[in-house]
Amino acid sequence: MGKSTVTTKDDAQALFHSLRSAYSSTPTNLKIIDLYVLFAVFTALIQVGYMAIVGSFPFNSFLSGVLSCVGTAVLAVCLRIQVNKENKEFKDLPPERAFADFVLCNLVLHLVIMNFLG
Amino acid sequence: MAVPVDNLTKPTPASSTLRFAFGNVLAFFILLLIGVLAFSIRLFSVIKYESVIHEFDPYFNYRVTQFLTKNGIYDFWNWFDDRTWYPLGRVIGGTVYPGLTLTAGTIWKVLQSLNIPLSVETVCVFTAPVFSAFAAWATYLLTKEVKGTGAGLTAAVLLAMVPSYISRSVAGSYDNEAVAIFALIFTFYLYIKTLNTGSLFYATLNSIAYFYMVCSWGGYTFIINLIPMHVLLCIVTGRYSSRLYIAYAPLVVLGTLLAALVPVVGFNAVMTSEHFASFLVFIVIHVVALAYYIKGILSPKMFKVAATLVVSVGVVVCCAVVAVLVAVVASSPTKGWSGRSLSLLDPTYASKYIPIIASVSEHQPPTWPSYFMDLNVLAFLVPAGIIACFAPLSDASSFVILYLVMSVYFSGVMVRLMLVLAPAACIMSGIALSEAFDVFTRSIKFYISNLSEFLQTDAGDTLPGNNVSPQNEVLKNEKKEDTLKERPSRKNKKKEKENIEKPYVKSKTEKRPLVLPVEASFFALFLTVLLGGFYVVHSVWAAAEAYSAPSIVLTSHSHDGLHVFDDFREAYAWLSHNTEVDDKVASWWDYGYQTTAMANRTVIVDNNTWNNTHIATVGTAMSSPEKAGWEIFNSLDVKYVLVVFGGLVGYPSDDINKFLWMVRIGGGVFPHIKEPDYLRDGQYRIDSQATPTMLNSLMYKLSYFRFVETDGGKGYDRVRRTEIGKKYFKLTHFEEVFTTHHWMVRIYKLKPQKNRIRGKTKKSKSKTSPTTPRSGTVKKNPWH
Repeated sequence: MGKSTVTTKDDAQALFHSLRSAYSSTPTNLKIIDLYVLFAVFTALIQVGYMAIVGSFPFNSFLSGVLSCVGTAVLAVCLRIQVNKENKEFKDLPPERAFADFVLCNLVLHLVIMNFLG
Repeated sequence: MAVPVDNLTKPTPASSTLRFAFGNVLAFFILLLIGVLAFSIRLFSVIKYESVIHEFDPYFNYRVTQFLTKNGIYDFWNWFDDRTWYPLGRVIGGTVYPGLTLTAGTIWKVLQSLNIPLSVETVCVFTAPVFSAFAAWATYLLTKEVKGTGAGLTAAVLLAMVPSYISRSVAGSYDNEAVAIFALIFTFYLYIKTLNTGSLFYATLNSIAYFYMVCSWGGYTFIINLIPMHVLLCIVTGRYSSRLYIAYAPLVVLGTLLAALVPVVGFNAVMTSEHFASFLVFIVIHVVALAYYIKGILSPKMFKVAATLVVSVGVVVCCAVVAVLVAVVASSPTKGWSGRSLSLLDPTYASKYIPIIASVSEHQPPTWPSYFMDLNVLAFLVPAGIIACFAPLSDASSFVILYLVMSVYFSGVMVRLMLVLAPAACIMSGIALSEAFDVFTRSIKFYISNLSEFLQTDAGDTLPGNNVSPQNEVLKNEKKEDTLKERPSRKNKKKEKENIEKPYVKSKTEKRPLVLPVEASFFALFLTVLLGGFYVVHSVWAAAEAYSAPSIVLTSHSHDGLHVFDDFREAYAWLSHNTEVDDKVASWWDYGYQTTAMANRTVIVDNNTWNNTHIATVGTAMSSPEKAGWEIFNSLDVKYVLVVFGGLVGYPSDDINKFLWMVRIGGGVFPHIKEPDYLRDGQYRIDSQATPTMLNSLMYKLSYFRFVETDGGKGYDRVRRTEIGKKYFKLTHFEEVFTTHHWMVRIYKLKPQKNRIRGKTKKSKSKTSPTTPRSGTVKKNPWH
């Protein structure tokens, strides 16, 4: 058991290093999008934690807050998929079109959020 | 769509663009004609009867639309209706699916602003045919995404005429399904379009179309469960792609929010089990997406390490989450599902627990003949379509297959849901017919081109005509081209190598696609056209004869011409002219909507059937003896009781035939009503062998009061085909105020309480003043 935990730890470290090195080679614009996704998810987690402390009374506000964070995260991931140059399925799609779609979808999402926020 | 027949006469670019242009214009005109066809085939009821709203539920929608057009949208959202479910009332804004009424209201408003003065009733009557034309066009778009233009046009024309859809969308059937089926097909089309193109724009449109579907019909849960199932299917069969993520993830988030916006759904969008599937698959697709992403950026060795680590940790986390979820779901008695969904999943559930759902005739399972009546030729074209979808299998065709299988299961549970099967069957049959036509016309073209070229190898070209194998092999050729293009995934590298080798081998032996012998293809073409002819004849017959009856007006043909039975409207008109505005009318729940809409009187129960106890109260009153029934009705402030009776003319859907359901529903809440008391040896009878409980019940008395006067003392009931049991009796607590011309509707008034009771002194009788409506006897309160 001792040997396997050591190798597991080594494996974990090696994995971590390779992940890090592979990730650092992604272009900057994709890294910005990733940061935005992380920020949105983090905000959603904060909201859930707040609800756990304070209670979920205006439930529609809670739902709209959490779902807006999750929604923008999902849309940002979609944008990242479409803008990523390594993705062969989308090489015909100009990144401006992808961004315009992203903005449109966000507009609809936030319109609905504003309506549901109460 | 057609594969070029031979390589010798390649079309020039100019002629091919001209051909495409001509084809597109032709397709456009065909679509226009399909729309006109869909609209006109539904007009039989207007031609044969009149432009009137049919059945029961549409009257409620019509009343709501009238309110909307008169008072505006804010009052509509906040409307509390006190003229129904007296004394409880009903929150209309929060319990109605607003899509249909908002659509019709908007159309009316637009027409008014253009100075086209159509009445609200006309708009309501013709909404359904207009939207069925739209549904046919949506079917064209959907099938075009799956297979191509030819299949699209065929599917569209099949949907325009399929009897199952006609039955719920004739002119006058102003019900939710009229717009909901269009919304369903359009949502599916946008989903497939997003899946095929990977465009976020279509994903947004998809969410908005889904919102329209949620507004329109409770059957939206079908969409929000089918699409996750399809996503799961794609993931499991190795067809995950980033387009799938773009098609699904924004739909879940936006769709849940939009569904929560509709008041009738509200927080059910996140709290009921009907939606949990979408959330589960949402999590699954994120895990899968992450896995693919990490696989993409790591080397294979490191990925294996990552996989083992993740699996060991993830399994523990997964178990914990699943345990929590199961605990939460199991804590609710119905496991989070609503009653209607449970009755769909378990066909025996409704008859055991919710007799009201079980009693509706549309909720019964269909019989085999109804499949052929409603789908006709499509019933056996569907399997051919399934096979055609498998060659080649794409994301879109796998979706259509899944949609078909699911809708076949649900249509087997409830007759009403055959409507959901109809578009799937039309799409499949359209694909099958289109593929068949392809093969036949290709054979004929091939033969003609060979004939005109005098090739020496004529004799050996056409292979012996076996229907199935040439079609399969031709399609296999196409499939190989498609497989090389559509599946760049690394898993199938080995298969791809084989596939790449195969075309090289095949192309040496077969330069031309396989065709059938030309005589066989001419004959088969003729037979297929004949098949289409049969379908058209049947659909027109079904539309004209079977599904165009407005059921508020009945007709019958006899040797001396056409008899029209307009008794229902006669009764409602009498009520609206001869009673006070605030008078309450009690009847069985079937007639509630019509009474509020046409007679404009307050009713006790109506077709919404949301309160079982209230319905059971009315049922108990109808099943009790006259005095007990009077007391129950009096406690509800009822002034008039309305009973539908078909014994004189042979109208089979009258209250005596529905009486056993009243007993069952009443007995479900008030145990002193027992069904066996009303049956003699398990048989339901109203003749002289009927049980005394039956002969004394209020329903019997109200139906057959003075019935013997109609045929000189015999009292022969034409529906039950016997003479009635108790012929001469008087009513002590009710007085008859109106009976329609054919005795179909009978209205009784509650007699006011007597001032003093003659005869034997009752127990707690004291000098009561004439104004207190208290009976002298100890009041048996049936619901304590």
